[in-house]
Amino acid sequence: MAESQWLVSGKMEFTEEQINRYSRHILLPEVGGKGQKKIAKSRILLVGAGGLGSPAALYLAAAGVGTIGLIDSDVVDLTNLQRQVLHHTPDVGRPKVLSGKEKIQALNPDVSVSMYEERLTAGNALKIFGDYDVVIDGVDNFPAKFLINDACFFAGKPLVHGGILRFEGRVTTIIPKKSACYRCVFKAPPPPGLVASCQEAGVIGVLAGIIGTIQATEALKLVLGIGRPLTDRLLDFDARKTQFREIKVRRNQNCALCGEHPTITELFDDGDPYAGCAMRPSA
Amino acid sequence: MQVKINGKPEEVQNGTVLDLLKTKNIEPQMVAVEVNDKVLDRDHLATTHLNEGDHVEFLFYMGGGR
Ligand SMILES: [Zn+2]
Repeated sequence: MAESQWLVSGKMEFTEEQINRYSRHILLPEVGGKGQKKIAKSRILLVGAGGLGSPAALYLAAAGVGTIGLIDSDVVDLTNLQRQVLHHTPDVGRPKVLSGKEKIQALNPDVSVSMYEERLTAGNALKIFGDYDVVIDGVDNFPAKFLINDACFFAGKPLVHGGILRFEGRVTTIIPKKSACYRCVFKAPPPPGLVASCQEAGVIGVLAGIIGTIQATEALKLVLGIGRPLTDRLLDFDARKTQFREIKVRRNQNCALCGEHPTITELFDDGDPYAGCAMRPSA
Repeated sequence: MQVKINGKPEEVQNGTVLDLLKTKNIEPQMVAVEVNDKVLDRDHLATTHLNEGDHVEFLFYMGGGR
């Protein structure tokens, strides 16, 4: 893994330009020079360089995160541009990881970007996750969301989960073995026959920005060790009402993954990743 | 009796959580149900009776991200 470009002979010193660039962070007592160094040393993985991954990547890049990992096997499609602001019109047809890396480094050359142009699977997840401090879920299907949850549990990595659908979004932070995991609430992916695909369901583009930037905020808080993480709470947002609602959740002792008698003891691909996106009966 | 459903007070018939799902036309497999902040196992939907003042949350899957 390439170390951040700032780590010169193991000791990190900011240049004058960097002190200027990050001055609004450094001014914050909760961040300061010390916190900015934590950000500069941090490694954050974005699974999915699409709707949620785009705003997260841009703000984390601007914040000066040392290494941003991008996992995505797709190329940019014209239908992505309505919300995936990391990609621009000339990028149509290009790999998302490459397009993403270029935008991140144009915004902030301090950031190292690791590209994984592949699908996340039970076979590669742990190896990749092991290199990061925080994982951000920006995928569009349930099997992948469950896989990310499980891989973060086995790798012991904090996860910032997000989901968007139509006019609604959800975000929550999961600290494995400390707070409720995705399976504590949703035991398994919904049956494929009952879910619509994301393409059928539609989503208002700005929702990706709202939820993705909350995910980036959570990731930075975890890196800095400040504030109260969004653990044991689902934060649901309804864009039609411009309303947030917080739903308390707790660790489930019967959770198949993190409960007292787990039945999931190793990583597996839980269902067909093309099966579906999300559903609510008749919203 | 009155319960809170997804934060809003509602009058409902006496019965189980499964009865409530049926009245609302919600497929049990499509939702995680929390009563008073505790997620119910799906096998317990039919045996869990609602009480006055219970807080019920229907948590639908929200899977998009791309
Ligand atoms: Zn769990």
